[in-house]
Amino acid sequence: MSLLSVSGLRKCYGDKVVLDDVSLSVEQHDVICLIGSSGSGKSTLLRCLNLLEDIDDGVIEFEGREISDPRVDARDVRKRIGMVFQAYNLFPHLTVLENCTLAPHRVHGVRRAEAEDRARELLERFGLADQATKHPDRLSGGQQQRAALVRAMCTHPTLLLLDEITAALDPELVGEVLEIVRAEAERGMTMVLATHEMAFARDVATRVCFLDQGRILEQGPPEEIFTHPREERTRHFLRRVLPGQAGSSA
Amino acid sequence: MIDWSPSQHELERRQVRRRIRLRSGLIATAMTVLVFLVVGLVVTSSPGWPRVQETFFSSEHARASFPDIWDAIWLNIKMFLIAEVFILLSAILIALCRVSRSPWLMPLRITAVVYTDVVRGIPTILLVYLLAIGMPALQLQGLPNSGFFWATVALIVSYSAYVAEVFRAGIESVHPSQWASAEALGLSRGQTLRHVVVPQGVRRVVPPLLNDFVSLQKDTALASSALVFEAVFVARDYGNYNFNYTPLVVAAGFFIVMTVPLARLCDWLTARMRRRELAGAL
Repeated sequence: MSLLSVSGLRKCYGDKVVLDDVSLSVEQHDVICLIGSSGSGKSTLLRCLNLLEDIDDGVIEFEGREISDPRVDARDVRKRIGMVFQAYNLFPHLTVLENCTLAPHRVHGVRRAEAEDRARELLERFGLADQATKHPDRLSGGQQQRAALVRAMCTHPTLLLLDEITAALDPELVGEVLEIVRAEAERGMTMVLATHEMAFARDVATRVCFLDQGRILEQGPPEEIFTHPREERTRHFLRRVLPGQAGSSA
Repeated sequence: MIDWSPSQHELERRQVRRRIRLRSGLIATAMTVLVFLVVGLVVTSSPGWPRVQETFFSSEHARASFPDIWDAIWLNIKMFLIAEVFILLSAILIALCRVSRSPWLMPLRITAVVYTDVVRGIPTILLVYLLAIGMPALQLQGLPNSGFFWATVALIVSYSAYVAEVFRAGIESVHPSQWASAEALGLSRGQTLRHVVVPQGVRRVVPPLLNDFVSLQKDTALASSALVFEAVFVARDYGNYNFNYTPLVVAAGFFIVMTVPLARLCDWLTARMRRRELAGAL
């Protein structure tokens, strides 16, 4: 049974169809990369997955239960799914450590000392041990995004959603964040991530989905998508983002 | 897009959503009715209720005092409208003085700080006494002696200090990056304030401003201590002759009717601003 399965998902804003008949299944330890141009629906798909948006049709199942049922308590679902945003969205009035212990302590009922131990352990692993008592705005962008990753993982989620987490970073800082994501992927973390980092997607993904105008036009293992894309639209997209590389020869 | 029709599953889901909405609506209605019923019963079943009803809620006295209060309330409205314009103007000027940086403006800055500190510390009613009784007593040539005039001035003086601080808070809440990007475009500090910072700051403080204006509307009643025949004065006058407080409740009703439209207007303005600025974005 899949950890997460989406079928026939549809989402509109007014007349605008943002996601159209999207189907996707995520197995344990999968790393799914969503690629596609801006406005293709990657972020909306992620937001639908942890119920930040009400969907207009289709079914989302998580851990064997339909979570797109309006009677499902969204907080129960979100307790099991972590999310990291493009703009970090750390709480500026709390220190890094407090950002990381807020949910474990308040939502999961973990004792504060325990939550702090867990947070410090993760901060250490992510190279932020000495930033714990600082406020987020004192940190660099890369450090903030790493802190946001720690915050999302402090609650032991079974699935991590990453929404273009390196899009707001300096190129030289992108590496430090992606390194961590890669390390977590190798530790077996299940992830769905929207990204523009093609090299990273190619390297880390177990499956790549190309979204175009709200549809998953094509999906498959990275070698296949990047070297032998089936669809003309995919080839066109890859030509633009990977100049002189895969897709151009096809 | 046209060839799509909702699946059976989605139709069921919509039905569930409708049921949940209906349930919320029912709970809201039931709770509201229940709470108000209980409160009403507790009040009306209290032992002193008939007496209180006669003293504060007598329909006969309400009818009798209504026309006089109706006439008098216009004075409050006039005072409020005049004062509001001057308060907004002087408050923004005071706030701008306080956030100025130029060394030439140091005296203004000091004046602004002292003004807000001192005036906010004085109870408004003392200002009304001081100005409405003190100023005419100076017997200066060319200044009006009317209580209405000086009570209005007292309100302007007092509220300018409060509203100036609200404006300053708004201006200072604008993120430094806005200053940086305006200055990077070559705008002067004054231009940055005028075109970038103040417009954003003012929008943010609309709710607290409204708060101050509702309070101002009510404080027009302080003019009664300068012997201005405004609504509360008239109501008290009636009460003193007839040994009944109902006219004060009637006056309170007028004040509520005056403030509610203002509150709704501000809500609407704020909502419109949000819609325009955040259209489509999350």
